[in-house]
Amino acid sequence: MPNKLNIQSMISSMATALEKYLKQHGIKSFELVGIRTGGVWVAHAVQKHMNNTQTLGELDISFYRDDFTQVGLNPKVSPSKLPFSPEDKHIILFDDVLMSGRTVRAAMNELFDYGRPASITLAVLVDLGRRELPIYPTIVGSELTLTKNEHIKLVGPDNLHFDIQRIDQSTP
Amino acid sequence: MPSSIQLTSTGRLKHFLTVSGLSKDLLTEILDTADSFIEVGERNIRNVPLLRGKTIVNLFFEASTRTRSTFELAAKRLSADVLNINISTSATSKGESLSDMLQNLEAMASDMFVVRHAQSGAAHFIANSVTPGVAIVNAGDGWHAHPTQAMLDMLTIRQKKGSFEGLKVAIIGDILHSRVARSQIRALNTLGVDEVRVIAPDTLLPKNLESLGVKVFNHLEQGLVDIDVVIMLRLQRERMQGALLPSEQEYYKLYGLTREKLKLAKADAIVMHPGPINRGVEIESEVADGNQSVILDQVTNGIAIRMAVMSMAMSGQSEQVNDDAMEQAR
Repeated sequence: MPNKLNIQSMISSMATALEKYLKQHGIKSFELVGIRTGGVWVAHAVQKHMNNTQTLGELDISFYRDDFTQVGLNPKVSPSKLPFSPEDKHIILFDDVLMSGRTVRAAMNELFDYGRPASITLAVLVDLGRRELPIYPTIVGSELTLTKNEHIKLVGPDNLHFDIQRIDQSTP
Repeated sequence: MPSSIQLTSTGRLKHFLTVSGLSKDLLTEILDTADSFIEVGERNIRNVPLLRGKTIVNLFFEASTRTRSTFELAAKRLSADVLNINISTSATSKGESLSDMLQNLEAMASDMFVVRHAQSGAAHFIANSVTPGVAIVNAGDGWHAHPTQAMLDMLTIRQKKGSFEGLKVAIIGDILHSRVARSQIRALNTLGVDEVRVIAPDTLLPKNLESLGVKVFNHLEQGLVDIDVVIMLRLQRERMQGALLPSEQEYYKLYGLTREKLKLAKADAIVMHPGPINRGVEIESEVADGNQSVILDQVTNGIAIRMAVMSMAMSGQSEQVNDDAMEQAR
């Protein structure tokens, strides 16, 4: 059940998996980037487990969303912060929840506007499936199946936990 | 003039015609969004795909270089297609050319019009008559308003001073002919500065100015004391009808901002000017180029503010159109 998701153990397994992945691929130098806001929290938590102290990149993908004409502009957009050029760098891209893949697509588009990375590896805390684009994570905390009217949200930054809401579809 | 026309039913921006009637929250949202666009301007690739596929028409019934080019640059950085139309109003009367023009606009199927016009209220007039879904941004109408200029000034002030609280701001010069000053006064008071002063000779002051919430000074030396932000206005020679001033030399002597006079303001006061500058008429060259001057920051911020306003207005139009379609489906 969703409530039994142990975020700490998910984070720790993500850190182990990421270290293994980096070793296997001979990647010694890399940069960490989180998608705001949940992805940044996850990146921080994983980084802490790895005893890594690099400055994180933070992406706000508001200007890159593909549903602008449907939902408009996020009223609380804040500047992206990339304290390094991604040019020729191995980027580990973090998000909290992966579903359609559209957010990751937007984040990749944004990253490329800063420079051309050597590679991008996707790390997510929870993979809900239901993909609409050919995007798949390399590092996954946990897979989870929700019904169509269940929505999941990561709450943080302290004591990271998931809030799952059921929305009754009484209106058509 | 009513401002509700520029908001959606949920209070989001859908046209940007004037700052008057807009809440502190909404003005702050414009500034915050612009901050994010400033960051975009520092990247390798300065374009974002937000308005890809949209067509924006710069409709300038009045000459402008800086405003038109920053609007054009802003639209291009949002990945919109841009069309610049410069219309001389000399041949036909202004009313006629505006309504004639409107019919043509309808035929162009554009998504946004950025309008500058010598007649006050022109942008409102167009906003009232365009097809739903089309956003209007006021790039200056007569003596009435120049809201994007005012907002880029607010962005510059917030950047340099951190916040608006406790600030004393002086606007100096030709207030009478200045749409910029009217918009600035409204924005400054909405955002909550401590005090707005205007400094000018009586002949360059509109009547009942105090009702806008400003303190009026006729002497530059008195008005500059304790000031955090000095906003100079251009002496609008082309709008000057009749002998409102004895001479430009006389004006410079009394109201020109010199290094000496600037010392009366706070030591960390910033100096702003919407441009174009008349050096030696309203401002000494050394002050315009000096280390307290933030005039070029204003120009850079102009692009970010215009990107913010255009994307927010387009977003509001989309929201309104979607809402209207839902309403009809019911």
